[in-house]
Amino acid sequence: MSFQEVSLDYSIRVGGEAGQGIQTIGDTLSKVFSRTGYYVFTHQDYMSRVRGGHNFYQIRFADKPISASRESIDILVALDKESVRLYEKFMSPSGVVIYDRSLLKEEFNNPRFLHIPFIDIALQSGGNKIMANVVATGAVLGMLGISIQIFLDIVKDTLKKKGENILNANIKAALSGRDYAATHCLQCAFILSSPDKPKMLMGVNEAIGLGALASGCKFYAAYPMTPSTGIMLYIASKAQEYGIVVEQAEDEIAAINMALGASFAGVRSMTGTSGGGFALMVEGLSLAAMTETPVVIALAQRPGPATGLPTRTEQGELLFALHAGHGEFPRVMFAPGNPEQAFFLTNKAFHLSQKYQIPAIIFTDQYLADSQWTFNEFDLNRLVYKDYRIHTEELESYSVYKRHAFTESGVSPFAIPGESSHLVVTDSDEHDEEGHIIEDGATRIKMVDKRLLKKLPRIAEEMAPPVLYGATEPDIIIVGWGSTYGPMKEAVDTIAPKQSIAMMHFSELYPFPPVHNGQYHTILKKARLTLCVENNAGRQFARLLKAETGYECTGYINRYDGRPFTVESLVEEINGYTG
Amino acid sequence: MATLDDYKGQMPAWCPGCGNYAIQKAFKEAFVEMGIEPYQFTIVSGIGQASKFPHYIRCHTFNGLHGRTLPVATGLKLSNHEMLVVAIAGDGDCYGEGGNHLIHAIRRNISIKLFVHDNQIYGLTKGQASPTSMEGMVTKNQPFGVLSGQLNPMALAVALDCSFVARGYAGDHEHLKTLIKEAIEHKGFSLVDILQPCVTFNTVNTYAWYSERVYHIESSYDPTNRVEAFQKALEWGMRIPIGIIYKNNRTPFEEKIPVIQAKPLVKQTITMETLKKSIEQTLKEYY
Repeated sequence: MSFQEVSLDYSIRVGGEAGQGIQTIGDTLSKVFSRTGYYVFTHQDYMSRVRGGHNFYQIRFADKPISASRESIDILVALDKESVRLYEKFMSPSGVVIYDRSLLKEEFNNPRFLHIPFIDIALQSGGNKIMANVVATGAVLGMLGISIQIFLDIVKDTLKKKGENILNANIKAALSGRDYAATHCLQCAFILSSPDKPKMLMGVNEAIGLGALASGCKFYAAYPMTPSTGIMLYIASKAQEYGIVVEQAEDEIAAINMALGASFAGVRSMTGTSGGGFALMVEGLSLAAMTETPVVIALAQRPGPATGLPTRTEQGELLFALHAGHGEFPRVMFAPGNPEQAFFLTNKAFHLSQKYQIPAIIFTDQYLADSQWTFNEFDLNRLVYKDYRIHTEELESYSVYKRHAFTESGVSPFAIPGESSHLVVTDSDEHDEEGHIIEDGATRIKMVDKRLLKKLPRIAEEMAPPVLYGATEPDIIIVGWGSTYGPMKEAVDTIAPKQSIAMMHFSELYPFPPVHNGQYHTILKKARLTLCVENNAGRQFARLLKAETGYECTGYINRYDGRPFTVESLVEEINGYTG
Repeated sequence: MATLDDYKGQMPAWCPGCGNYAIQKAFKEAFVEMGIEPYQFTIVSGIGQASKFPHYIRCHTFNGLHGRTLPVATGLKLSNHEMLVVAIAGDGDCYGEGGNHLIHAIRRNISIKLFVHDNQIYGLTKGQASPTSMEGMVTKNQPFGVLSGQLNPMALAVALDCSFVARGYAGDHEHLKTLIKEAIEHKGFSLVDILQPCVTFNTVNTYAWYSERVYHIESSYDPTNRVEAFQKALEWGMRIPIGIIYKNNRTPFEEKIPVIQAKPLVKQTITMETLKKSIEQTLKEYY
């Protein structure tokens, strides 16, 4: 391997039918790159089916931090004909397509196409057809000239329980794939720069799960629904180690009500779903508010209405979640733009929901759920854990305990049922300080003041202003929230050499960061062009921004075909405004 | 030791003569006789006349949404299985709005003690048919009579292999009190359907109607025989059996969850230090 000090930035796309092992190849290559010390960004695109169809997995790796995919492909691993037909036009000038003619039933007489007999090599290595994945992964590493050792370590780790024969066959397949590509790929001219130290490679669902673990979450109930299921799977995989009860509920209504029961009992609890499931949870959300029972909800958006495009992406639930639930009550809403933000905002969601005894919502979407990022490390000193429940000693000092006692802050002492002889009583009906049903107007007013009017301004002060990236006094600002963070950031990088441009990214959405918190309002007003970028048709964030601050963006970029923004498409749309 | 006075809660807003009073009395007496203190159990209830119950005795209370009693009780029990968790619901609440939750709570066999105040009518909304209203019963909302078949909660529960299935009657105080005690003492999920006359809206299923029909299940009856239990559960009409219809020894759900065997979730201490240490370790998996 020879290193040269030039900027490295390559993209690999693995395309094929569901069930062909695209995920395995993609996951393995990403891990090899991040462990080698490169920055990695991956994303996937798949149809709503278990077998067949056409899917791809894109991996970009570079020697500087990256936050989105690029359209241009340097290596295409084509496991089906569709891959060639769909992506040939995206190949970079030096790009190479690798394929097995026995799989595609076609031969390409093009110098940029390299036939590698994935299946034959797999069989010759003493394995079966499935090992074609291992051959292909080895081949990509051979083309790039990246050491295969990390890949072999991964193979050993994964297969150590499968016996020596299987393990040896896989190692042989990996090495043969690498050797074949290294010898036959005469057109391969990939130049590597020195890698940095190994990096963490993480997706948003895992980051939210980790954020929950780091916040002392002890109970997670949910009903499986794409693209939120990964959060439940992750927490379930850590249930034993962290002492967490994970329950797959009979429906989303049960899920949120279980989470509320757990929270009332005294443990931190969470649920997660997508738009359709959240619609079912809405009455429970209102119950959380009325009983002042903390709960954290991950809302992984996908295109609606109804079942919509189940495996595609959209930011369509912002205003729905903001207004969800009958009656008036406070909530907090966060929209992380990458796994690091997801980790820390999940922690903040737990913290604020406990502190103010309110529901907290974390938005993600299909695009975020299916992408992975690399980070050098997370600064765990930023985590917050404070137990806001009233425990035995303090509780016994109360001569009378009232669950919903009126206080200056609106937050009442919340005891753990069973820890003392004081009774903890709450009700979905309007209630008095003790928690018993009332109907009189005077108490009602005091309760609304307590639950909503006293708490909301206090919560607002906890909300961080948006992140400004790019020029400090920008002429052009692209404004966005949640998952558009990555493409927006890279669009700014692309345009910045020619224009004064910045990204303004909101990840703390509600209560809306007050305009006196930071300079964002002034910066917006000074800019010539402000474009609100959203993965929806209804300009939902632009409307929220206007409602909360009075500021109206000067232009809008909306994408609602169920696909995420690409850097290229976003740059083109911004250029359309700037000429 | 708790006395009946310790269980004196808010003034009930039930109609005079309502079957709920009799159930409340049996419940309080059973709890006092079992030596259970008010702070030692939680009642989760839904919405309906029955669900006001916890306010009228003294206990930890989560009076939640219509139909959603069992999920809240499930979350509570899974977080603190040392706490006695009682669910109180009406027939509309539990068998209508919350039907799905009932099925799955029975499947889980989680140790929740469910008491359904079954008056075969909607009381709070003033007299519409409930899932257990008898076919043909005319109400303001069912002017042609109830057209759907009557739900049989006992047969449903036996079919699902429910751990404890019993029927009580508000008009048979001592018998009901015994059933309540047996349901509480049983390990696993208990369903007690309590026939309860609604003196305002149900003019068919009155005290007289029930008293004429109910009979104590014979002492020779074996409630562990599921096939016979199913037969017993199907009895309705001129003769209505009350007592334990079915019970089994299924392992309760909470005993099968490894992470709560040493102690309940709520008693597992958390500190920032230990959290950080664990997360540091877990993050290593990502490199």
